[in-house]
Amino acid sequence: MPKLTIDGQEIEVEAGLTVLQACEQAGAEVPRFCFHERLSIAGNCRMCLVEMERAPKPVASCAMPVGEGMVITTNSPAVQKMRKGVMEFLLINHPLDCPICDQGGECDLQDQAVAFGADRSRYEENKRAVKDKYMGPLISTIMTRCIHCTRCVRFAQEIAGVPELGATGRGEHTEVGTYVEKALTSELSGNLIDLCPVGALTSAPYAYHARSWELKKTESIDVMDALGAAIRVDSRGPEVMRIMPRLNEDVNEEWISDKSRFACDGLMKRRLDRPYVRLDGKLQEASWQDAFNAIAAQVSGKAGSKIAAIAGDQVDVETMAAMKDLMAAFGSTNMDCRQDGAALDASNRASYLFNTTVAGIEQADACLIIGSNPRIESPVLNARIRKRYVAGSFPIGVIGEQADLTYAHTNLGAGAETLSDLADGKGAFAEVLNNAERPMLILGAGALARSDSAAILALAHAVADKYGMVTGDWNGFNVLHTAASRVGGMDIGFVAGEGGLNTAGILAGAASGAIETLFLLGADEVDVSKAGKTFVIYQGHHGDRGAHNADVILPGAAYTEKSATYVNLEGRVQQTTQAIFPPGDAREDWTIIRALSDVVGKTLPYNNIEDLRARMIAGNAVFGDLNTVSAASWGAFGTSGATDAAPFTSGVDNFFMTDPISRASETMAKCTETLSNGAEGKTGTDG
Amino acid sequence: MLKDKDRIFTNIYGLNERTLSGAKSRGDWDGTKAIMEKGREQIIEDVKGSGLRGRGGAGFSTGMKWSFMPKEIGDRPHYLVINADEGEPGTCKDREILRNEPHKLIEGCLIASFAMQAHACYVYIRGEFYREGEALQRAVDEAYADGLIGKNACGSGWDFDFYIHMGAGAYICGEETALLESLEGKKGQPRLKPPFPANVGAWGCPTTVNNVESVAVVPEILRRGPEWFAALGRPNNTGSKLFNISGHVNNPCTVEEEMGVPLKEIIEKHAGGVTGGWDNLLAIIPGGASVPMLPKSICDTVLMDFDSLREVQSGLGTAAIMVMDKSTDPIMAITRLSRFYKHESCGQCTPCREGTGWMWRMMERMATGNARIDEIDLLEEVTRQVEGHTICALGDAAAWPIQGLIRHFRPRIEERIAEYQATTAHAAE
Repeated sequence: MPKLTIDGQEIEVEAGLTVLQACEQAGAEVPRFCFHERLSIAGNCRMCLVEMERAPKPVASCAMPVGEGMVITTNSPAVQKMRKGVMEFLLINHPLDCPICDQGGECDLQDQAVAFGADRSRYEENKRAVKDKYMGPLISTIMTRCIHCTRCVRFAQEIAGVPELGATGRGEHTEVGTYVEKALTSELSGNLIDLCPVGALTSAPYAYHARSWELKKTESIDVMDALGAAIRVDSRGPEVMRIMPRLNEDVNEEWISDKSRFACDGLMKRRLDRPYVRLDGKLQEASWQDAFNAIAAQVSGKAGSKIAAIAGDQVDVETMAAMKDLMAAFGSTNMDCRQDGAALDASNRASYLFNTTVAGIEQADACLIIGSNPRIESPVLNARIRKRYVAGSFPIGVIGEQADLTYAHTNLGAGAETLSDLADGKGAFAEVLNNAERPMLILGAGALARSDSAAILALAHAVADKYGMVTGDWNGFNVLHTAASRVGGMDIGFVAGEGGLNTAGILAGAASGAIETLFLLGADEVDVSKAGKTFVIYQGHHGDRGAHNADVILPGAAYTEKSATYVNLEGRVQQTTQAIFPPGDAREDWTIIRALSDVVGKTLPYNNIEDLRARMIAGNAVFGDLNTVSAASWGAFGTSGATDAAPFTSGVDNFFMTDPISRASETMAKCTETLSNGAEGKTGTDG
Repeated sequence: MLKDKDRIFTNIYGLNERTLSGAKSRGDWDGTKAIMEKGREQIIEDVKGSGLRGRGGAGFSTGMKWSFMPKEIGDRPHYLVINADEGEPGTCKDREILRNEPHKLIEGCLIASFAMQAHACYVYIRGEFYREGEALQRAVDEAYADGLIGKNACGSGWDFDFYIHMGAGAYICGEETALLESLEGKKGQPRLKPPFPANVGAWGCPTTVNNVESVAVVPEILRRGPEWFAALGRPNNTGSKLFNISGHVNNPCTVEEEMGVPLKEIIEKHAGGVTGGWDNLLAIIPGGASVPMLPKSICDTVLMDFDSLREVQSGLGTAAIMVMDKSTDPIMAITRLSRFYKHESCGQCTPCREGTGWMWRMMERMATGNARIDEIDLLEEVTRQVEGHTICALGDAAAWPIQGLIRHFRPRIEERIAEYQATTAHAAE
């Protein structure tokens, strides 16, 4: 541990740190633009210059590794003068259009100009102007503001793995851009907006909508995929203006996907803001009482076996817990939280978790991806895989679709046959897995959303066993879910009970008439068009697929409008915080079920969310430990059997539209148009 | 004054055979094996002992630089890279070596590579030096054919390969780390130091980057002994060196002279004197465009070596002497240099990217007089804000000529401004 003196104060820091980081630890503030902890060191902004004893020139502290006995000065008049000088250079060609700049109020350049710069410019020449670049529908560029820190270039290259950005030109004609003008193809491109220390890259959908200081900032959890990234919901009045990432080293570091960030405009569109009841074949506006009465008339006296419930992909645990209780009161065990029909085993937690944990990926030394495209199923998790890949010696094999995952991988085969071969120890990748000390596999939701999913699960289990993926302190078996509600639903046991029907059974029952009443809790990915005479009650926040065939619609709250529990794919129990109120007559979901239970005469035994959560904890102790992950014990699961010869496909077809919120989002529609599958082949005669 | 017997570059004008046989007749490749048999440590000691300082401009001890390379080859190979990206305005010494004395360079590369345990040497040649690249390639082919380089070079048992890489005409690629980037196929932008190339250089391997002239003189030093070289010139500024004399002289030329030769003497003796006589001299830039200019009063007495020129706040640089007689507008001359640096700045780091453009624009106004007197101080301050704050030395190189101009010709600038104000005031009436 080298010891150094910073501003007269002796401090011992970890070897390998930079002088800038050491200064921070010593409490000396060093301004910087280009330096970012998660990116490579560029050392080009020169804002972090400090004086070092015995060095002939000032040194860039961000690029200088700490050494024993260094004497650093960060606050001398000379250093202050240097900073002032660099600041002046940065500003001479900066437009200083802060009043109309979206970065205003949260701009590094603005803040540091106030803290370290001069109060006026001495530059009297003409300023440089740079043509704006097109980078797709998400990023708005005003390149005259660019200070050439190259954070965006480094992010695209290093973290996102899409080397599409670069600096062209030389000297003062240097311009950051995409070489050939095109939309960035990264699912993480929104993070460039956060990384840009100035207003050169700003959010296009949010442009000129609000100023940062007008926004109410609420810390919450993302539900657009199963990762459960930490987010901050910035709202003004009744509207979510934007979603920003929060730091969570264990989950998302400081990144979020473009869907998590930009789908929020869907929260204001196609909302269910009042109850509806189908009268004379038409959905008509109704009061809560009328809606509840219509349901009560249906279920009263009905045998439990004729009632069923399916929970969708963004349903919180509280709602499923209340629904499960209500179903029990009806005497029904027909329920499922697995819209895709995956044969996950609720009795074995390890069978449906991402056991390695997201941060644990960095400890793995070989990876097998089965029927998954992590890049579109969970882009931030994919960035973690890439991070491990970039660190070196991380062979990756993929069984399933060929895709650009942003890292090199071996395509082993297309379907279950390859997986079965691997379970028998055949193929070149078997050697790789055998040689690995901590191998991991990622089983995609796509591989499980098939009729042979129990057999696939058994095969994956066999592979995990064969290659020693599960040892005392290492569990390399991982399921990559795409639905935020899935693990929570499994944990609360929202699956077919004794003699009950699962999703396929419920839908078949509805078609045959065996199921007479069907509750859809935000379930939009199941096809109920064949439900025939079944009375369908849809509870959710968007007028999406599920609502179209409903007989009663109960308007619920989206994830930004309620305090609710979600369990991420690692089994991490996290809670959202209410940022805004649900629109119109819509209510928090669990309260709707609680109110309905009164009307149907099956009153549930809790009056507030604390009681409900206590009941959840009583049912499954994992709900008591917020924000942590506990290892699940390994056991037998899956059922060996015949497999389908069809190739594995990803569970996600269009990254930008996977759920009711993103399907309602205009921004996501634009992205689909520009970037998603098939768009590239468009010709001038399309549309 | 350098005696003919002490001359190293005996064919610098290309008057004799440039081929291998011609080079051998002048003493090149004589006893190369014997030199290598002295062993690496002895070679490095001898180069150190000769007092040879790098001829690329910075003047760092060549032997010292070689000694920074790892003593043993680890898991990464060592490389020698020769900087033949001679782009400094006014400088054309390496060009003559490549054209007329390529075998001196190749032999030097073999010895230097052997001393630093490099099996491969890359020569990065300025893109415009197309013919010079061809000349060098011809010489390399001859050397390979004769067994002087390649497997078991000169029968020494050391395998040595020699590669030529043509640049694409960017001044910044003459900066050693930008050169390495460019050699690797990337955009030529200087790297941060540390790590230094001796530790992490070309393709991440230990690398030494030397100027053409520094390496080309090594075989002769080792043949004649370091004492011979050290006896030339002045202490700490030893040996002989190629000087380029251009500008307002009667006979512009490249000439090998002893270090520490008086500036006036070298011009009078070799370049036929300043046009219109010594008294017609206005100023001289003594070491390529990057060093501050000197007015006649200093030129009268100054000696041409690293330390003497540093004492007068200039530098030897590449020893390219640019002479300006009294017909020259010094402000306009320096403005042109400022434009050059603005054009060649790589744009990576802030002070240089923004500062070179600012300085050039102010210089343009100074040249016409369209400025205020206090802006001279501002200009001077901007040069100080750039100097020493950049990743590489291009920032310094852009700042120094302006500092030299203001130091020695401030009254001229003030006069120009006054004239301009007088004419515009008249026009306004």
